[in-house]
Amino acid sequence: MSDTLYDKIGGDAAVNVAVDIFYRKVLADDRISRFFDGVDMDRQAAKQKAFLTMAFGGPNKYTGEDMRRGHAHLVAKGLNDSHFDAVMENIAATLTELNVPGDLIAQAAAIAESTRKDVLGK
Amino acid sequence: MKRIVYEGQSYGCSENETVLECLNSHGVPIPSSCKAGVCQTCLMRATKGNLPPESQKGLKPTLAEQNYFLACSCRPIDDMEISTPEPGQGKIPAKVIGIEPLNSDIVCVKLNPDIPFQYRAGQYINFFKDAATSRSYSLASVARLDDCIKLHVRRIPRGTVSTWIHESLAPGDRVDISEAIGDCFYVPGNPEQGLLLIGTGSGLAPLYGIIRDALADGHKGPIRLYHGSLNVEGLYLIEELRKLSLEHENFSYSPCISEGEAPEGFYQGIVLDVALKQTGTLSGWRVYLCGNPDMVNAAKKKTFLAGASMRDIYADPFVPAAS
Repeated sequence: MSDTLYDKIGGDAAVNVAVDIFYRKVLADDRISRFFDGVDMDRQAAKQKAFLTMAFGGPNKYTGEDMRRGHAHLVAKGLNDSHFDAVMENIAATLTELNVPGDLIAQAAAIAESTRKDVLGK
Repeated sequence: MKRIVYEGQSYGCSENETVLECLNSHGVPIPSSCKAGVCQTCLMRATKGNLPPESQKGLKPTLAEQNYFLACSCRPIDDMEISTPEPGQGKIPAKVIGIEPLNSDIVCVKLNPDIPFQYRAGQYINFFKDAATSRSYSLASVARLDDCIKLHVRRIPRGTVSTWIHESLAPGDRVDISEAIGDCFYVPGNPEQGLLLIGTGSGLAPLYGIIRDALADGHKGPIRLYHGSLNVEGLYLIEELRKLSLEHENFSYSPCISEGEAPEGFYQGIVLDVALKQTGTLSGWRVYLCGNPDMVNAAKKKTFLAGASMRDIYADPFVPAAS
């Protein structure tokens, strides 16, 4: 049986480690940190975990419509492609820091990239 | 088929159906998002019935201990009674047995509930002035060490409930309190972990309880308390905390004042800044925060950026009453 991307990256345990690293990078990134001002950090961390789980090919039932609805208030605040690019960079940097091989990072990035239109409400 | 009781109605849950699917299929709206046990939007609480372990996966230990679970990953193994998390409405009669000043602004209110009262040091209760008026106060006592429950109540200028407590309430009076709520408390099981506690004003109350609870549990790792106020007069329990730090080698107490020169034995500066400067990296630490909401929110972010894991940060901001 061939392992899925999610298994190869390390499953739930890896996502738990990744979410702290990823969220720290996002908060420290001046390009996008303002979108996270005033949010409940616990709730936000749980959502980020759900997002990373999806990007890693793990269990999720997100639909494009969920992504659209969940980010509409941010699009109204000016969320655009440059911010999405910044998040993509932070995902790649997180996985690099966790010594995930390049081909798996590329697969995760492709899954995350597939949400771009819905996240940005295009 | 298992039965699920929710808001007084009973629903049949088929084999392999989750609590979320069951309620939704009966037209009961429960907020949810990822439906995969991750985002925690569908958080609920079981008041009866055992929970399958997968329904609590990823929850903070303090939530799991109070039987919170995720409806989307709960395939019932028992008949259950469940509620959405809106606790703090229950009323428990209690008798006031003492009101003692801690400093010029803060009193310690001692209460004896009429019925056995379960709580964890660091949780809070709603304290009812009358049926429609209540405020939340943290518990400063420790169930296994103290024979009554204790609250630290600061007099808020024009505060309806705090003024009543300071000026009218007297020993012997009877009051209503809610059950204990909140997830800011000590969880045993990692005795070597460093604990960092930062509080302002009467935000010391839950931290004082958590510290005594941890020490009574035999916590071995460093326990560092930073308590801040404008001036020395705004601090309290100074002697008790200094004594505690002499009795326990792993406990340190750093009182901080943000205005004027600090006398010997006190630190000058904003309590959060002093704490972060002295502790450095917080990777692997557990953090407890309580007091002024601006301080708590800034501290959540800064301690996280300093390396504490989000799962290890517990906070209880004082939310001002709506005017």
